[in-house]
Amino acid sequence: MRVSPKAKNILVPIIAVIAGFLVGAVIMLLWSYDPIEAYSSMFQSALGSMNGVGETIREATPLIFTAIGFQIASAAGFFNIGLPGQAQAGWLASVWFALANQNMPSYLLVPLEIIIGVVAGAVVAGIAGVLRAYFGTNEVIVTIMLNYVVLYSCQYLMQQTMSSKLRISTDSTKTVVNGSLQVGWLTKMFGYSRINTGIFMAIIALVIFWFLMKKTTTGFEIKSVGLNPFASRYAGMSAKKNIIVSMLLSGAFAGMGGVIQGLGTYQNYFTQTASVDIGFDGMSVALLGAGSALGIFLAALLFSILKIGGLGMQTLAGIPYEIVSIVIAAIIFFVGIKYVIELLFKNKTPQTIEATGTTGTGKEGEA
Amino acid sequence: MSIVSMLALIVSSSLVYAAPMIFTSIGGAFSEHSGIVNVGLEGIMTMGAFASIVFNLTFAHTFGNATPWLGALVGGIVGLLFSILHAVATVNWRADHIISGTVLNLMASPLAVFLIKAIYNKGQTENITANFGNFSFPVLAQIPILGPIFFENTSAPAWVAIVLAIFMWWLLYKTRFGLRLRASGENPQAADTMGVNVYAMRYAGVLISGFLGGVGGAVFAQAISGNFSVSTIVGQGFMALAAMIFGKWDPIGAMLSSIFFGFAQSLSIIGNQLPGFSHIPSVYLQIAPYVITILVLVLFLGKSVAPAADGQNYIKSK
Amino acid sequence: MDKENTNIIEMRHIVKDFDGFKANNDINLTLRKGEILALLGENGAGKSTLMRILSGLLQPTSGEIFVKGQKVTIDGPIAAQKLGIGMVHQHFMLADAFTVLENIILGHETTKGLQLDLKKARQDLLALSQHYGLAIEPDAKVANITVAQQQRVEILKVLYRGADILIFDEPTAVLTPQEITEFIKIIKNLAAEGKSIILITHKLKEIKASANRVAVIRHGQSIGTVNVAEANDEELAEMMVGRHVNFKLQKKQAALGKDVLQVKDLHVKEDRGAEAVKGLSFKVRQGEILGIAGIDGNGQDELVEALTGLRKVESGKIIIKDKDMTNEKVRKITEWGVSHVPADRQKYGLILQLPLYENLALQTYYQKPYSNHGIMNFKAIRKHAKELIQKFDVRTSSDALKASELSGGNQQKAIIARELDRNSDLIVVFQPTRGLDVGAIEYIHKQLLAQRDAGKAILLVSYELDEIMQLSDRILVLHNGQESGEVRPDDTTEKELGLLMTGINRKEGAESAR
Repeated sequence: MRVSPKAKNILVPIIAVIAGFLVGAVIMLLWSYDPIEAYSSMFQSALGSMNGVGETIREATPLIFTAIGFQIASAAGFFNIGLPGQAQAGWLASVWFALANQNMPSYLLVPLEIIIGVVAGAVVAGIAGVLRAYFGTNEVIVTIMLNYVVLYSCQYLMQQTMSSKLRISTDSTKTVVNGSLQVGWLTKMFGYSRINTGIFMAIIALVIFWFLMKKTTTGFEIKSVGLNPFASRYAGMSAKKNIIVSMLLSGAFAGMGGVIQGLGTYQNYFTQTASVDIGFDGMSVALLGAGSALGIFLAALLFSILKIGGLGMQTLAGIPYEIVSIVIAAIIFFVGIKYVIELLFKNKTPQTIEATGTTGTGKEGEA
Repeated sequence: MSIVSMLALIVSSSLVYAAPMIFTSIGGAFSEHSGIVNVGLEGIMTMGAFASIVFNLTFAHTFGNATPWLGALVGGIVGLLFSILHAVATVNWRADHIISGTVLNLMASPLAVFLIKAIYNKGQTENITANFGNFSFPVLAQIPILGPIFFENTSAPAWVAIVLAIFMWWLLYKTRFGLRLRASGENPQAADTMGVNVYAMRYAGVLISGFLGGVGGAVFAQAISGNFSVSTIVGQGFMALAAMIFGKWDPIGAMLSSIFFGFAQSLSIIGNQLPGFSHIPSVYLQIAPYVITILVLVLFLGKSVAPAADGQNYIKSK
Repeated sequence: MDKENTNIIEMRHIVKDFDGFKANNDINLTLRKGEILALLGENGAGKSTLMRILSGLLQPTSGEIFVKGQKVTIDGPIAAQKLGIGMVHQHFMLADAFTVLENIILGHETTKGLQLDLKKARQDLLALSQHYGLAIEPDAKVANITVAQQQRVEILKVLYRGADILIFDEPTAVLTPQEITEFIKIIKNLAAEGKSIILITHKLKEIKASANRVAVIRHGQSIGTVNVAEANDEELAEMMVGRHVNFKLQKKQAALGKDVLQVKDLHVKEDRGAEAVKGLSFKVRQGEILGIAGIDGNGQDELVEALTGLRKVESGKIIIKDKDMTNEKVRKITEWGVSHVPADRQKYGLILQLPLYENLALQTYYQKPYSNHGIMNFKAIRKHAKELIQKFDVRTSSDALKASELSGGNQQKAIIARELDRNSDLIVVFQPTRGLDVGAIEYIHKQLLAQRDAGKAILLVSYELDEIMQLSDRILVLHNGQESGEVRPDDTTEKELGLLMTGINRKEGAESAR
């Protein structure tokens, strides 16, 4: 099949999604579950009612933020695997601030609590950025380690440092009333789901992200440094500055994802025993979304349908919820081996790249 | 508590926690020496832990005391099978090594929990009855002072892992196989022109990491957690990855740094039994291994010494 | 005479098709036993592809190969080895972290039991190295030995496998004139021992000095094979390029102006911390080209990086247009009026994945009119890119083509366009024509001379002596991070330059050679 390179960029994720669903179906068949029943109950419960739709959108909201966070670091050439820690820091910080300032007028409280959460996420990611910029320390290892540091530190901070007046038990804080992102009309409209104003912020964030990467010199520099750090340095861009800026932005968006969880979804903070899930899920969303704002939006919705629908599938069809995570992992696997998927299609124009690669008179010309 | 019994407690619990990391980090070193970055060790350990627990629960009354050892072998085989996914994706299908490794991590625990639910109808297994327990070396335990500290009531898998580290070092640096494996990670094109089958070597590296990572997970499950659930392997694989880097990609180095990390981890567990540690807030002991890892990377390993072609796909021209 | 005419290799009608592009299109080649056959052609003519087919690294799309009269299929390096064919690659195929010995035995190891038998391998290697006069240190790390030593390792690697047909791919590109003389002696010696040799090159002088016959290929096709004794340079060059080649560049008298660059007692360290530039001082004036000659690795990289702000200066001064620019930021130096054409165009000069228009704006994207308050103006960027493409004759189907899709010559033209367009007073060019074909080389040389005549100061760093001799008004020879002499192209010889490049100054005389 001959297609243009642009069409290829769209076809690859679509095929990856279909293949991922097929993997899930095969596993279900192997254990004698009915995949058709599973998938129909999944879509039914995610999209069949206003509550389901509201929950799906609610699920997608923080994923959009963490996916943008992942993508900005990724554009600069860094694999920010520390999204869970950054999100968790944003979550705890924003809830803590909101609870401690319940008497503040909400027009002041809401922006402040968001800023606090965003800054907390940025600081955690910034540590990895600074270490990478000044010591060349591998950011993959540092962010993994920071996830655990944040995980245990947050627990300690909530249990030992936070005033006990703000908690209802050692494992959970009080509920945020003033400063919550849930609003009456939206909640009502979507069948009393936990949907919140975060979704509007997420859409604004997508536009900002698109504009940043496509239209600004900052985005151009981040992209250049990620693609070729040597040429970027030659062109007078500061690698150090770009590493730190991209990690700060990355962490800020991840922190915002945590804010949404804290003030939108749960309206409190409770003890986490493992890395918060919006971190790795956001990474999956970004990988499937192939770096574009629209791609992230659609991928976040798809994964949310899977995750919300998966709960319904478990109750309605009795199929373990884990199949959802398996399907997501399989989709990412197929995105990862896109080279193989691309072999299914031929470019409309002859492959000029390969021709210059073998003949051309460039460095590799005679190799 | 006497000094000897205190040291014995520290050494034995360090070794217990080190054992899974030793196996896994040596495996990681082989994968990376062949040129394939493997951040999927965590997922591989999960599969190994899962398989060993299922085996152990099913066959404990058949095999008795040999069960955990056979469980480790089964864990290794399942880990190896699981790692084929990473090998095919990176060696043949040109996938980004970090994405592919991350897929192993994303895939392992839902897959294992799904299977647990399918087999046992619940998300968490019973506790196993045949675990590794403690082991005393027949003669060595009698040595005064050193005996009780190192060889009495200690971790048998850890000592196996230490011996294995020495063997794997020999295999990597002194044999034809090791030379060819390292050449594939240093300069695959050169290795190819010299008739080395780079793809086969890279498969070997990844599969060794799969087997040893599976064994590591199995040892963790059967010596420490005692059952399998979604939270059995949380970070062990990543710590093994850090131990491998800290150990400069050398099997013996990886073993030594695993023991160091085992020591750091065990402090948060046994800290309250040790005089002087009991009043330190537990959070400091909990985060110590991670903070130490970061500090070590910053202070001693700014410039990495990874194999030159580590993480690069090798595309053979036809 | 009988021996002379035995064809040890015959390649017939070889075709190699890369997705529709024919790198080899019906090539015939014969190699006689005990001869040195030169394979002559431009970059990209298909020489390397043909030899990679012969050494089993590539499979021909069609065609036949006969070795010692037998038709053979060479399906891998091992098969080539068994037929006695060995190749010394242009980019050495060595693992830097391995020792010389490990590199040589790789793939051909002797073992004792389960373990490598390094002792026996070392003995075998030393015997071989003595027999052919190729001195090496078996236990040195490859990263720590010189390029000429690495080449000896490559040759020994092939001999260790018992090859009697040796292929050398551009073997002299990285050697000094003296090392080249030495190298020619080595291969003549090998031929005298009965080895048959194919020498890939585009240097006519070396062919004259070493080869018996020369086979010429162009655009993937055989042009002809002639006896070296019966051919002259002009004919060979014409066969290679397909048209008449002008060997001499027309150069006006230099019109010198003010000092643009002054370097005073410059000291710079290399990555591992050793001093690479050791107290260098020189000036470049308006309207002249100062050529820096020297062997790769004698401080050139560090010098250029220090001048352009990419590397820290330990001590000394860099003064550009009367302003101290020592250890200033890259961008500040660029804006003060320095253009830089880097040696490695794909690593430093371009971001290959980005479109050509963004690459052409790589130095100016943040300035008006290309951006305003941090917002890029792609209309202005593309308009300017189109002008540059036109003016500098960059051959491309669109300004939006990715840089990776341009040929090497056009990539270099794009960089030259971007750098010369800024009208800088100082132009630093490093290996500007490496790997380019004759047409592109001519074009770039003319552009540089035009800039000189327009009163710019040009610092030309090159490993190609011909290029240095043709373009420079003065030549400063660099050896071991120091100036080993300054000469003028009119009153020096390649021999003298070669001696200076190895650190032997004519005034000091040969006996003071260190």
